[in-house]
Amino acid sequence: MRQIGIIVIGTSLGGMHALSVLLGALPPDFDPPIAAVQHRYRFSNESLPAYLRTKSKLPVVDVDDKLFIRPRHVYLAPADYHLLVERGSFDLSKDPAVKYSRPSIDVLFESAADAYRAQCVGVLLTGSNDDGAQGLVRIKKQGGFVIVEDPASAEAPEMPQSGIDTAQVDRILPLERIGPYLVELWRQSRT
Amino acid sequence: MSQAAFNPAAEQEKLDLEMVEIHLLTEGIYRHYGFDFRDYSLPSMRRRIWKRVYAEGLSTISALQEKVLHDSGCMERLLLDLSINTTAMFRDPTFYLAFRNKVVPILRTYPFVRIWHAGCSTGEEVWSMAMLLTEEGIYNRCRIYATDINEAVLQKAKDGIFPIASMQENTSNYISAGGKDTFSEYYTARYDYAIFRPSLRENIVFAQHNLVTDASFNQFNVIFCRNVLIYFNNALQERVQQLFLNSLDNFGILGLGRKESIRFTSVADSYEEIDAEERLYRRVR
Repeated sequence: MRQIGIIVIGTSLGGMHALSVLLGALPPDFDPPIAAVQHRYRFSNESLPAYLRTKSKLPVVDVDDKLFIRPRHVYLAPADYHLLVERGSFDLSKDPAVKYSRPSIDVLFESAADAYRAQCVGVLLTGSNDDGAQGLVRIKKQGGFVIVEDPASAEAPEMPQSGIDTAQVDRILPLERIGPYLVELWRQSRT
Repeated sequence: MSQAAFNPAAEQEKLDLEMVEIHLLTEGIYRHYGFDFRDYSLPSMRRRIWKRVYAEGLSTISALQEKVLHDSGCMERLLLDLSINTTAMFRDPTFYLAFRNKVVPILRTYPFVRIWHAGCSTGEEVWSMAMLLTEEGIYNRCRIYATDINEAVLQKAKDGIFPIASMQENTSNYISAGGKDTFSEYYTARYDYAIFRPSLRENIVFAQHNLVTDASFNQFNVIFCRNVLIYFNNALQERVQQLFLNSLDNFGILGLGRKESIRFTSVADSYEEIDAEERLYRRVR
């Protein structure tokens, strides 16, 4: 079965709710590390991680540069930095915005795809632009697995729709089923 | 969109080849031009290099290597890609606020203050610090050494001429940072540019310095290095943190970027936190 090295999630408009539903469905012993980009305002403070901490059974961390990637943790891209994945640790960058966004979903997805290759699982949720679609393409190119929220159930359908239009998607699921599906993937990977 | 079937062995080979190419490129640049990017962090390097590959109309990193080694203009352009860090005046205003409230009172007790701003890029944050110190009434006792690896951006920093379009953001940062005067009085608008008061530059020394290869050049009371180390790998961060530690006086202040930390380096125990959130540290041993 597919080993899961990392799960990367991207979302913008409607993402706070979507992330809380998805993370809330994961049990506290859910091993694979999760890294998420939610488009955030440049000066946004601690409110996003604080909110998600109330919904997730896993610890939620705003990433510092060079932080080690550990199992059973949810990592968030900090405001106004790109979040990049190196095998085993995170990198931050202040490079220009991609798709008008910093943090950018494409930047996270592409770096995770290169670092974890077939062990990378990408999840694209609700959002109002096309950030993330190119990242999904890269994940597929490296042999990873890609899940997109069903645009019909998404608060803002543009982002998942552009993912479906651009990349070869493995699963299209309504929001409520994504968390349970990740648990299923993980359980299979252990057998 | 149709996509070829995934072939793990072929993709693996391509990535390994890419690593070889990045290694050869940085090694070639080091040997020919002396710029050392060999210990820059891989994920950002990879993005920046590919951006330059495409911008030059090329398709492989090897082709970029050839062009860079034979065309110094191409090297200049790659150097800008790899070393320019975008910045703004009073960026992360709360950092400046914390500096004003928690560090300035310490500096007031010193007869003379030496500040090193390492990796100052185009200089916006250096000019910001000159304003802050002026408003706090201690600028005449301070000297700021502003350094960067890149001569071109250093010249911009020295000129103190910035796009007028950025002044709205700068003004709002200035206010959030606890600015005590009127920001617009610091500059004169000329066409699309804001020319900053030359008097602010009086106690700033601009000089080229390479954090990767150069040694310490003085003892300092304060060192700023914000959002530069994120581009370095662990080994290089370690080297530069040692350099900073050895360049700081006892009780000297270290200010890093908002999401940079000393806790993953061996110097962590040499500092205490002045403001954990703003990444302001004080050397205690």
